[in-house]
Amino acid sequence: MKLIFERSTPGLSCEILPPCDVEAYELKAEQQRGQELRLPEVTEGEISRHYTELESQTFGVNSGYYPLGSCTMKYNPKINEEIAGLPGFADIHPLQPAHTVQGCLEALRLAEKLLCEITGMDYMTFQPAAGAHGEFTGLVLIKKYHESRGDKKRTKIIVPDTAHGTNPASATMAGFTTVSISSGQDGLVDLEALKAAVGEDTAGLMLTNPNTLGLFEKNIVEIAEIVHQAGGLLYYDGANLNPVMGIVRPGDTGFDIVHLNLHKTFSTPHGGGGPGSGPVGCKAFLAKFLPVPRVEEKDGEFYFSGDYENTIGSMKAFYGNFLVVLKALAYILTLGREGIPEAAKSAVLNANYMMKKLEDLYQVAYPGRCMHEFVLTAEPLKKKTGVSALDIAKGLLDNGMHPPTVYFPLIVHEALMVEPTDTESKQSIDEAVKVYRELYEKACTDPEALHQAPVKTAVRRLDEVTAARNPILRYNFD
Amino acid sequence: MGSYIPNSKAEQQKMLDFLGLASFDDLYNEIPDKVKLKGGLNIPAGKSELEVRRQMEALAGKNKVFRTIFRGAGAYRHYIPAIVKAVASKERFVTAYTPYQPEISQGVLQSIFEFQTMICELTGMDTANASVYDGATACAEAITMCVDRKRDEVFVSATLHPDYLRTVKTYCYAAGRKLVVVPEKDGVTDLAFLKENLNEKSAVFLMQQPNFYGIIEDAEACFKVAREAGAKSVMCINPIFAAIGKTPRECGADIAVGEGQPLGISLSFGGPYLGFMACVQELTRRLPGRIVGQTKDIEGKRAFVLTLQAREQHIRREKASSNICSNQALCALTAACYMSTMGPTGLKEVANQCLAKAHYAAKHISSLPGYELVFDAEFFHEFVTRCPVDVNKLMAKLEEEGILGGYPLEGPYEGCILWCFTEMNTKEEIDRLVAILKEGIQE
Repeated sequence: MKLIFERSTPGLSCEILPPCDVEAYELKAEQQRGQELRLPEVTEGEISRHYTELESQTFGVNSGYYPLGSCTMKYNPKINEEIAGLPGFADIHPLQPAHTVQGCLEALRLAEKLLCEITGMDYMTFQPAAGAHGEFTGLVLIKKYHESRGDKKRTKIIVPDTAHGTNPASATMAGFTTVSISSGQDGLVDLEALKAAVGEDTAGLMLTNPNTLGLFEKNIVEIAEIVHQAGGLLYYDGANLNPVMGIVRPGDTGFDIVHLNLHKTFSTPHGGGGPGSGPVGCKAFLAKFLPVPRVEEKDGEFYFSGDYENTIGSMKAFYGNFLVVLKALAYILTLGREGIPEAAKSAVLNANYMMKKLEDLYQVAYPGRCMHEFVLTAEPLKKKTGVSALDIAKGLLDNGMHPPTVYFPLIVHEALMVEPTDTESKQSIDEAVKVYRELYEKACTDPEALHQAPVKTAVRRLDEVTAARNPILRYNFD
Repeated sequence: MGSYIPNSKAEQQKMLDFLGLASFDDLYNEIPDKVKLKGGLNIPAGKSELEVRRQMEALAGKNKVFRTIFRGAGAYRHYIPAIVKAVASKERFVTAYTPYQPEISQGVLQSIFEFQTMICELTGMDTANASVYDGATACAEAITMCVDRKRDEVFVSATLHPDYLRTVKTYCYAAGRKLVVVPEKDGVTDLAFLKENLNEKSAVFLMQQPNFYGIIEDAEACFKVAREAGAKSVMCINPIFAAIGKTPRECGADIAVGEGQPLGISLSFGGPYLGFMACVQELTRRLPGRIVGQTKDIEGKRAFVLTLQAREQHIRREKASSNICSNQALCALTAACYMSTMGPTGLKEVANQCLAKAHYAAKHISSLPGYELVFDAEFFHEFVTRCPVDVNKLMAKLEEEGILGGYPLEGPYEGCILWCFTEMNTKEEIDRLVAILKEGIQE
């Protein structure tokens, strides 16, 4: 494909603006830009064709089966997009006076109320722009909480070895040291290891439940007790809320803080990497530390308030990825009381169904009942045939499917992490199963074919080593 | 109740049968009963699409959409060409995940590569990343890039947007970094203070251009001082201004960041917006977040891929340069499409019209008694005036006319107004504003 710069012809342009209707003004010479500005010079038709071509080489949620583990690639309803595009939301300036944005504020309050009910939390901020941003926010809350009690020795955050990479990275940003604890034989938090890890320096534990192996941490009450007794707080990484929403509430199981990924659990699209939204909920005793501004209500009127002495400050400008919150709100209103747990159940049913259809061929890393996802290990296959998890993933590409997440969680060798989601049909799962099984056969009979895969895609395997060693990170005009 | 489950009850029953389960509840029999929610969620029953639309439209109807906007302060109304909206709503761009599988993601990857190139062009820098959350977090992340064991003190100008400053403070607090706010003097960074206080522990100096008050600062002088003290320099720049103003590179910055919202992204009540980050070659491997690089496939075909991932959280975990995972990719694509549509001439025209209209407005507003300009300094498309009448009453009067007036300042300039003018404001609108202000004085 041509780059947009390669479609450029000097002198071409789109005519967008009328001539300026006031006298021109010129900056002082020393304030003016000297460098050339090499943006594309193209007509609208060329732009349209360019992006149509780019879109044709992009795999969207509706392009095919997309069971990317831990990412919850469920269907993104169209009504949500239309609602977010209403001028009454999209054209509102963030610094309008409160009485002109009552609808925005009410929407935020309503989303807070519904998501607090779903998570079992008391308050929520929508400022965090993504899950990792939510983690960071939650950890700063933990830091502030301990400090407010004069407890300055709590410098450590405990994370299981199955945790998302963002957990330890967020802990570092919040000035904590990460203590990683090994999972038990069953893939769950090892209570003895946890007991050994907690102490007077424990600030908190970050836990994903169900965890990244797709297993529900059934000892969660005991885990919470251990952490709380040591004086730490319990943080819920909401990446995997989808299979338990409406079934189990993190707040009821001892968590003090949660973040949600609205772009996973609540159907808002991923945008090729973002924008997401990572609201953070907390129990009442932590509310005074939440970021500002916060939406308040008095006599039926909503307003923003920044007047909280103990706040951690702000996590970004304004109030978060507002339009994304609206999409999630529309989704919750659509599904409602019955629909939320039904979606959760559908996710769990789909995952268990697919796992059982594959377990005689592929080895399940931690057999048993899974939640929204399951993790296969291609290690035995690799030993037998030389075909790796990556090869299987690339083989799936030739079959028009998005591969599962590979090589994560780190504790499973040759991991294939499969999350079908609630919006996948039995029919499409059956078709996927057929392909997964065929690829297994292929690995046994013709491994070389899978080392070569993909062959049908627009480009084939890339030289990633050279990409990192001699980075070319921008177009070279010369 | 709305539902997006594509299986009938009968099909689901078949699946349960296959699993040897009697009911859905059996799916959850690993979960102890004591932690299960009893009695269901206390939220309203699900609704049909039409009902949800009505409810959300009713909420939207409680907001006021202003026909005329003279307010910026970090969120700017510019014209968004039709093609930009059309491209940004293409289904695959909207719904794809982060392009982990490059063979089927060349479209998204190439769009990011093009975006990176355009941000480099705009700022004069060598390398850009695929975006971060917004301008404020871009500032905070840029600071992190500059801090090391020897140098960990952070200097930020007080003329930075207050939300950005508050965000930077939170990030510094979290990491246990000392933050020095360089005071504002006559609307600009107090250079003498900066000079006196930078020291061998100073890691970075960050300022905004144009600053929060709209003023074009002498960034070169500030960055020279920073460089002499061995600190890095970060410029948070308005991307529209960058089309005609001296680039961060030309001013001597090591890192350029900013809020990309003016590049074709709607006001959206504050988000999603677009944080951009670019830097000089030497700092490339310190950039946070996704970066797309060019390479070849095994057949020698040009292709793009996420690269330099050894910086990132999923590889480095607690040693990563940042925790960022999701970014604002679709907003970056929108901005790239906007820059392509406007082209070099068009983007400069947007900037020049902002500049011209703001100066036209300033001339006429400041000639009204009591509306003097607060600062005697060059500005881009925002400026501060005094206000001889009650600011709230003035804003209410403007609102009656469908006009969102300038932003009433707080703090040291309480009672003053920060006005903003863009290519969206016609001469007629500006003249009408001046007439209303004039009437207000006479009343």
